[in-house]
Amino acid sequence: MNIYVLMKRTFDTEEKITISGGKINEDGAEFIINPYDEYAIEEAIQVRDANDGEVTVVSVGTEEAEKQLRTALAMGADKAVLINTEDDVEEGDQFTTSKILAEFLKDKDADLIIGGNVAIDGGSGQVGPRVAELLNIPYITTITKLDIDGTNVTVVRDVEGDSEVIETSLPLLVTAQQGLNEPRYPSLPGIMKAKKKPLDELELDDLDLDEDDVEAKTKTIEIYLPPKKEAGKVLDGELADQVKELVSLLHNEAKVV
Amino acid sequence: MARKILVLGEVREGALRNVSFEAVAAAKKAAEGGEVVGVLFGESVSALGAEFIQYGADRVITVEDEKLKQYTSDGFSQALLAVVDQESPEGIIFGHTAQGKDLAPRIAAKLQSGLISDVTDLEEEGGNLVFTRPIYSGKAFEKKIVTDGVIFATIRPNNIAPLEKDEAKTGDVSAVSVEIKDLRQVIKEVVRKATEGVDLSEAKVIVAGGRGVKSEDGFEPLKELANVLGGAVGASRGACDADYCDYSLQIGQTGKVVTPDLYIACGISGAIQHLAGMSNSKVIVAINKDPEANIFKVADYGIVGDLFEVVPLLTEEFKQLLVNA
Ligand SMILES: Cc1cc2nc3c(=O)[nH]c(=O)nc-3n(C[C@H](O)[C@H](O)[C@H](O)COP(=O)(O)OP(=O)(O)OC[C@H]3O[C@@H](n4cnc5c(N)ncnc54)[C@H](O)[C@@H]3O)c2cc1C
Repeated sequence: MNIYVLMKRTFDTEEKITISGGKINEDGAEFIINPYDEYAIEEAIQVRDANDGEVTVVSVGTEEAEKQLRTALAMGADKAVLINTEDDVEEGDQFTTSKILAEFLKDKDADLIIGGNVAIDGGSGQVGPRVAELLNIPYITTITKLDIDGTNVTVVRDVEGDSEVIETSLPLLVTAQQGLNEPRYPSLPGIMKAKKKPLDELELDDLDLDEDDVEAKTKTIEIYLPPKKEAGKVLDGELADQVKELVSLLHNEAKVV
Repeated sequence: MARKILVLGEVREGALRNVSFEAVAAAKKAAEGGEVVGVLFGESVSALGAEFIQYGADRVITVEDEKLKQYTSDGFSQALLAVVDQESPEGIIFGHTAQGKDLAPRIAAKLQSGLISDVTDLEEEGGNLVFTRPIYSGKAFEKKIVTDGVIFATIRPNNIAPLEKDEAKTGDVSAVSVEIKDLRQVIKEVVRKATEGVDLSEAKVIVAGGRGVKSEDGFEPLKELANVLGGAVGASRGACDADYCDYSLQIGQTGKVVTPDLYIACGISGAIQHLAGMSNSKVIVAINKDPEANIFKVADYGIVGDLFEVVPLLTEEFKQLLVNA
């Protein structure tokens, strides 16, 4: 089975966020594999181990994503591809990324494509379904279970807490939700092996795309931090009085009850 | 500039969801005097058209088909693309719900357009429609505009106020027939786990429990408080992982994103992934026995104490207040 994983390198949101020059300040910040893409990598490895085949992890980004791609290889993926847009794309959006990925994937005969359901930095959750539409294959988002039997597929999809059991078939794109699996940590032998696994680098040229083909349809005009919340009021005194005061504050001051 | 905006209404258990009325309000703003066209898909949905109009839509288009009884991206995208083709709107807006998140990117890809998802506000600024959306799990915000093609956005529930319902308003509700071809996905079963009663993502009051609730029974006092306030019960992942409640209650980055008027966090430490789902709530109350807990940093009001003492007292006090009100 020919399996592709769409992976994004993201800012760890555990990090403190600051802004400089109208942009999120990335200096010294920790970068990680987007946590939902980790589920996708893990699932791809499990599907390969049960069905044979090969797992290729693809990322659109800059050279710096090599580190996260190596981590994916160390987890057990077979190949990695970096589509480096550093020189060609100044400010892309989801249209840009999905167009590039679809162009890359269109002649790969992928049976299964897995991505995370959302990236924790931009939070748009668009790239998976967009890529599926561009490739004209079905997709199911936010899945928590995947069973493959030949080309028949049964998935469980999380729908705001309810679950739908859906039958579909390969080729297919799915996006991972928490609960799909427990991503493994790379093992030491895994890390050693990863160093020898192929990590190819492509640019737009290699996909017969130029900047205009992938020009963003939307533009960010401002990034800002939410107004700093004034320190909340921690009540004191006898517990019964605190409760009375709280109810009165919610009723009279905050007016939410 | 007057624009025609389509709003896809979302039907749940035979009724329009509140977020669809909020989407109409957003569309009115985006339309700048242009037409707001409500769109409804399902097996039999035309009866809902009148209410859509009372909340601000100028007219409503329905596509009724047995294959649209349940949402599937194949069914709904065929129907929506047919309506878009017929109406040539300048904009499309709907809810950033499970359905909206699944459908919108596909439509955007087909239309080769941008899509601004998870919008919490929109405003006309200097001839541009400017959309605000949270990024980095709510730790920052960005303002975005559409630079090319149709204006397309999904809005986060509970952030844009719906227009006042106008019972006297009427408008045209007309059916469009679209041939829905075979669906590549078949829904075999729906396992409903989400809360009975108030819908968590649209609730005005949420009482949420964390690992500090300690057991399934520990949620009982929280349920009572939520009942008194007409609210819903939510949870942290800590509580879900410990099996105190179902994952359908989970709030946070991986669970539901909520923006109630009042969020009462009981025995929740306030991890960043939890805050991602609730930090934009209008008023946050924290009840935690650890005065150093991170949740107090985002709380408007806090009580340091044992939730099993505080919550029942709070329930009694609210009962008194609401009886006298
Ligand atoms: C990729 C990823 C996604 C995640 N997504 C989510 C998500 O969507 N939602 C989410 O919530 N978490 C999420 N998490 C987990 C998150 O990091 C925390 O582990 C989780 O929120 C902790 O839950 P908690 O606050 O209930 O538990 P704890 O951190 O254990 O806190 C329990 C709190 O209860 C207090 N307490 C104990 N007993 C009492 C008492 N009797 N009275 C009052 N207070 C008491 C304690 O002082 C403590 O502060 C995610 C993590 C990852 C890595």
